Amino acid sequence: MLHTIIQISLLAVSISMVGLIYRVIVGPTTPDRVVALDALGVNLIAIIALVSMVQHSKSFLEVILLIGILAFIGTVAFSKFLEKGAIIEHDRDH
Amino acid sequence: MTLLHWAIISPFLAAILVPLLYKKLRSIHTGWFVLILPAVLFLYFFQFLKITAEGKTIKETVEWMPSFGINFTAYVDGLSLLFALLITGIGSLVVLYSIYYLSKEKEQLHNFYVYLLLFMGAMLGVVLSDNLIVLYMFWEFTSISSFLLIGYWYHRERSRYGAQKSMLITVFGGLSMLGGFLLLYLMSGTFSIRELAAMSDVLITEPLFLAALILVLLGAFTKSAQFPFHIWLPDAMEAPTPVSAYLHSATMVKAGIYLVARMSPVFAESGVWLWLVASFGIFTLFWGSFNAVKHTDLKAVLAYSTISQLGLIMSLLGIGAAALHYEHLDENIYGVATMAAVFHLINHATFKGSLFMVVGIIDHETGTRDIRKLGGLMNFMPITFTVAVIGAFSMAGLPPFNGFLSKEMFFTGMIRVLEMDIFNLETWGILFPVLAWVGSVFTFIYSMIVVFKPFTGKHQPEKLDKTPHEAPLGMLISPVILASLVIVFGFFPNILTATMIEPAVTAITQFNVKDSHIYFWHGFTPELFMTLGVILFGVLLYTQLPKWKGIYNTIPERLTLNSFYDNGLAKGERGAYNLTRSYMTGFIRSYLVYIFTFLVGILAVTLIVKDAFTVDTSDLASIGVYEILIALVMVVSAVAILFAKSRLTSIIALGAVGYSVALFFVLFRAPDLALTQLVIETVSVALFLLCFYHLPPLSRHEERMSFKLGNALIAIGVGVVVTLITIASYSTKLSSSISQYYIENVYEEAAGKNMVNVILVDFRGFDTLFEICVLAIAALGIFAMIKLRMTRRREE
Repeated sequence: MLHTIIQISLLAVSISMVGLIYRVIVGPTTPDRVVALDALGVNLIAIIALVSMVQHSKSFLEVILLIGILAFIGTVAFSKFLEKGAIIEHDRDH
Repeated sequence: MTLLHWAIISPFLAAILVPLLYKKLRSIHTGWFVLILPAVLFLYFFQFLKITAEGKTIKETVEWMPSFGINFTAYVDGLSLLFALLITGIGSLVVLYSIYYLSKEKEQLHNFYVYLLLFMGAMLGVVLSDNLIVLYMFWEFTSISSFLLIGYWYHRERSRYGAQKSMLITVFGGLSMLGGFLLLYLMSGTFSIRELAAMSDVLITEPLFLAALILVLLGAFTKSAQFPFHIWLPDAMEAPTPVSAYLHSATMVKAGIYLVARMSPVFAESGVWLWLVASFGIFTLFWGSFNAVKHTDLKAVLAYSTISQLGLIMSLLGIGAAALHYEHLDENIYGVATMAAVFHLINHATFKGSLFMVVGIIDHETGTRDIRKLGGLMNFMPITFTVAVIGAFSMAGLPPFNGFLSKEMFFTGMIRVLEMDIFNLETWGILFPVLAWVGSVFTFIYSMIVVFKPFTGKHQPEKLDKTPHEAPLGMLISPVILASLVIVFGFFPNILTATMIEPAVTAITQFNVKDSHIYFWHGFTPELFMTLGVILFGVLLYTQLPKWKGIYNTIPERLTLNSFYDNGLAKGERGAYNLTRSYMTGFIRSYLVYIFTFLVGILAVTLIVKDAFTVDTSDLASIGVYEILIALVMVVSAVAILFAKSRLTSIIALGAVGYSVALFFVLFRAPDLALTQLVIETVSVALFLLCFYHLPPLSRHEERMSFKLGNALIAIGVGVVVTLITIASYSTKLSSSISQYYIENVYEEAAGKNMVNVILVDFRGFDTLFEICVLAIAALGIFAMIKLRMTRRREE
């Protein structure tokens, strides 16, 4: 029962990922792509959680946390980049 | 180290002292110090005459590289002693002559005498070495020092050209010779000439024998200026005249003769040796004498004359080798050829040395060597004229000088070729006496040119820069000594036979030669009539010279050997330049194309030739849906990278590939890898974005279709080949994995449960150390690249 549900969930997440990748590739503006990428990261978290259930393993929980952090940092960095053209400003040095 | 070894290397040691003496004692001509050494060496070698005349030899060995069979073995027999005496004897005379020839104030004497001493030591080493490698070493020393001496006046363009030409040709031959020596070593296991000669009947059956023979002969022919390698010698005449007299008449050009004579016991069993040596020699004799007549520069005439005389000696050595093939003859009639070769060798050194010095005197006292400007010098320079007459008449082969005797013996040797019935010589053999005779006629003509054109006829003071007068006494000593030797050897040739010629002939032919005599008068033999014919036709042709000189213009300039050499050099240079420029485009993409094409080619050929491609499906795991899905995502992203219009799309697609890989790591149960991959991918995508604004836009529209197609082909090729190899290597596992050991011992041995980390820091911690190193270097490198801006700072 659980197994079937996991399979179905995985399929659903995969389909949503394909849709997001379509948006990443086609996405008319860069912010579209960035948002899609962020969502992709979240979907990745879901997939990894599901896969660790399939594999009966606790080893991948760190990966989930890491993706969460990275997706956040990445999206923030992208946004800053799109806003200001640079990720790390060095105005303060001067 | 025995005294003999010290004698060989003493010129090198003296060469070190020369610049010191030159600097400290400016008031005395440096040549006077140098003169002591060859004179002492001459006396030292002179005492060996007693030993070799009794048929004994001396062999002294100093170990140099015994594990390679390379030892400094000095070996004295008749042949090497003869050469050693020539080198030191004429060396002393040349040094004496050079003291008066080269000005103390104007010339860089220290250079000259260092080079000359280097050369003398090298020549002594060549003739006294029994070890082939040591002989080769000294041989190249002669090439190098000769190069330096020819280019002595290095500010002149012709000197540099001549030095380069002689260097290229003689070093080419030297390297061939080294190849021949190595082949001999491969066949016999020894570098010793004595031991090689002892096993010559075994060597001839070896498959490499012929190659060794030809390579060694290439060395001898280039050094001794045999056809077609003679072209460097006339250009080497740009050297100072003492150098020409010493190197290019008496010693270095005879190194090839020495080599042929020395290697005769090793190679002469073969008919090819006889054929090659004799035919190249006789043709060189003819060609050299024929071309000598054409020239108007006295030194050029003498250069071609040297070529021709070397050919004469070479051909005699070739014919002399026939003696080995007729051991059944009671009275071996071919021994006379070898004897004539040795005799003429001595004679040539005497008369040619004196003639060069005569030309040097003319040049020194009148300012020119061109026979069209010279004339009537007899009244100004009676002594020089006398020496010239003696030298030139001896060269022409006129009685009562020594050249007459060796020329008669030469004709005897050539006529006896007709009696040979081996190697098809019964049909072609007739060419030998014919070419010898024609060559002798031309020899007669140019000898007359050398002596009569400058000294007789009308004096033309308006064409000369200086008023001619007799040379200083010191300059005349050497040529006069040589000229008197010409006469002494002419009248009393038998003082040479027992002391020098017989031991040398014994060394060359390995027959014990005893009690031979050289006579003026043989009776009415064919040789006598040939000599009479030479004189008759020579006089006739010499007097009619202006009428037939036109035949030299029939050969167009572009068909001469010199233009072949020049064109070959220029074309080779241009060809190499064009070749390099055609593939060194300066574009990295071209080099990548070469690298990948080579990779694909070599791997595909190996796969096909070795028949290595196998597919084994027994060991495969089943494929799940997730793997297919992620693989699809990866393929789509990869294709997107290839066809993306903007760089940003490419970067994002690249990130997608990286994250898919991380997902694969999850699927294949590699949590540590997945963690690292995620972080690294994020960082590198961030780095790409960091560079984004500074990168130029993608410029795919510029590229031509053919270029794209070629790239696509190579890319597909690489992909296919690597895939095939992966499949093949997965299918052919030769041994089982060692990971079982890690699984069993990860906790017992290393106290850890995370096996990946235990391998990284415990089982194989060394790799980790150096990867840390790599990261440190990368970080420092980036820091340095950003902070260190030398060029911009300089601009500011």
